[in-house]
Amino acid sequence: MTERPVSQGQLIWRRFRRHKLGTLGGIIIVILMVLTLFAHFIAPYDYATQRRRFAYAPPTKIHFFDKEGRLSWPFVYGIQRERDPRGRWIYRENTDQVYPIKLFVKGDPYKLFWLIPTDIHLFGTGERDLNSPGQIFLFGTDDVGRDLFSRTLIGGWVSLSIGPLALAISLTLAIVFGGISGYFGGGWDNFIQRMIEVLNSFPGLPLLLALAAILPPGLPPAISFLLIIMILSILGWGGTARALRGLFLVLREQEFALAAKAMGASNARIIFKHLLPNTLSYLIVSATLGIPGLILAEASLSFLGFGIRDPMTSWGQLLNQFTDSTITNLTYHPWLMIPGFFIIVAVLAFNFMGDALRDATDPFSVQGR
Amino acid sequence: MQDQILVSVKDLHTHFELRRGVFGRAGIVRAVDGVSFELRHGEAIAVVGESGCGKSTLARTILGLYRPTKGQVLFEGRPLDGDLRWYRAQIGYVQQDPYGALPPFMDVHRILTEPLVINNFQGDRERRIREVLEEVKLTPVEDFLYKFPHQLSGGQQQRLVIARAMILRPKFIVADEPVSMLDASVRVEILELLRALQRSHDLTVIYITHDLSTVRYFAERIFVMYAGKLIEKAPVQQLLKDPKHPYTQALLAAIPDPDPANAKTFKKVPPGEPPSLVNPPSGCRFHPRCPAFIAGLCDKETPPEFEPSPGHFVECWLYR
Repeated sequence: MTERPVSQGQLIWRRFRRHKLGTLGGIIIVILMVLTLFAHFIAPYDYATQRRRFAYAPPTKIHFFDKEGRLSWPFVYGIQRERDPRGRWIYRENTDQVYPIKLFVKGDPYKLFWLIPTDIHLFGTGERDLNSPGQIFLFGTDDVGRDLFSRTLIGGWVSLSIGPLALAISLTLAIVFGGISGYFGGGWDNFIQRMIEVLNSFPGLPLLLALAAILPPGLPPAISFLLIIMILSILGWGGTARALRGLFLVLREQEFALAAKAMGASNARIIFKHLLPNTLSYLIVSATLGIPGLILAEASLSFLGFGIRDPMTSWGQLLNQFTDSTITNLTYHPWLMIPGFFIIVAVLAFNFMGDALRDATDPFSVQGR
Repeated sequence: MQDQILVSVKDLHTHFELRRGVFGRAGIVRAVDGVSFELRHGEAIAVVGESGCGKSTLARTILGLYRPTKGQVLFEGRPLDGDLRWYRAQIGYVQQDPYGALPPFMDVHRILTEPLVINNFQGDRERRIREVLEEVKLTPVEDFLYKFPHQLSGGQQQRLVIARAMILRPKFIVADEPVSMLDASVRVEILELLRALQRSHDLTVIYITHDLSTVRYFAERIFVMYAGKLIEKAPVQQLLKDPKHPYTQALLAAIPDPDPANAKTFKKVPPGEPPSLVNPPSGCRFHPRCPAFIAGLCDKETPPEFEPSPGHFVECWLYR
């Protein structure tokens, strides 16, 4: 047996690696995925536990040097709450109380990967008392004293998984309907295209809001999560199906489609094995550019309060706190914007990666043989 | 084997409907309009004709890619209708544009595996792939096995197309202008390859071309096609020496002759344009361009097939 020079996959990988921004995007996405997959473990607290004594606490400083300026194991000072002259709660460090950061501490119980019950967290102060001054809030806390860092990580799982899941469903629909429509043409084509037109003439955002509004408020978070995915994907497949239909209309007339037919390939085989791979470049671009759109769609929905609901969380839902008292929140609690930063980074990373993948999957590109 | 009929085509018509809008019917394209012939085992024939005369449609109808409107194709006496899977392994298709005929994202190995998988080839697939690559002289095989079509030259691509057509050991090859997209230098090689394969495997071949000068390499008989009909059928030498139909005569006269004395002169070509296949002329379809036009007959009645000398058939009133 001879060795293969380079497989198509290797070629794509090589060309992808050459694209610096795209690789950076890919690395960021992997990091975000790992962070959110192990969210409950990495987060020091449960996403729903309220520490009311510490509402709107700013991000906790981690110290590496003790009062005498000697290098020491990282620690935090106790948080002390007092009122400022205007009567608002402010927080200071009490340098008399030192809480070293412990690794693999026992904390709020959770299930790792939604399966294994445990209460070990990567780091924390080990203080189980909700009112203990020894707390660690890396991103500060929200209005009821929930740790924003923990919420950001756990909410990230929702934000990052909605995109790919909704996309998987809508791409499947688009490939099946677009493929049938373009390949067979005729009556089916007509029917499917009219269906897409009806679908596309629904006003998207109002429809989403209306649908979300009629959902009973007591719906379990998992169900409303799935419903959002269904709604986003059912509304989203039309455009891609249209584009795919156009591609298939061209492809089915190509000589190699005829050749496949002449050798006796079934329609399904021609569609999926001979024609579909030609649309790969388009599909990948449409997918990677579609994911940020879906992340943003979920974020907008949740931001408006119709998507993921408290206490479940997502990046968009975390920004929802700005809807009540925008100016005050922004001025006095700027750390509440951190989840928004994560949205921007994730969307940018997906866009960079999509761009790089588009270049890498182009079978006609000569560079990077 | 030589005298056994492999393929017979009986009064074949392939028409296409021209549609306008959803329900409107703009007309019918009579791309193949009454074609009959028989091919013996191991025989190579050439179909020549102008662009748009229905050659490719004839090829695709014989391949079973288009359903005939009327008439039928019989392969070893069995009509082509319904499920054609039995027929696919018996027939190979060599296309005009080799680059377009090869799926761009499959490598050579994958391209050659497809027909084996589709037709459930029993036996050592890897060995068969190597065999067929050697047969079309894409050697050393290792250098080509994992290349993609765009990494091959035009001639190599066409060899690959031929390999794909040959891999199931078919009895019958339809080659639709196999060299018209290739460089002149490669043409002869490809034609010689096809000829060699035809001889060594006792293949029946339909070679479709618009170029009479390449026919000599190849065929035993020539069919001349004009506006959806085979107007003349004859053995090669006979047709080249003694063309009967006025159209064939004009075609032969138009073959370029590389004589410097001709540099300043133009060949005489039949006046007018190839007829529309939507509204073909009445009677004989060549009559508006024909120098020997018989008024009152050629424009009224479609000529039947005459046989002025044995084995030489012509659809022309001159030989009534």
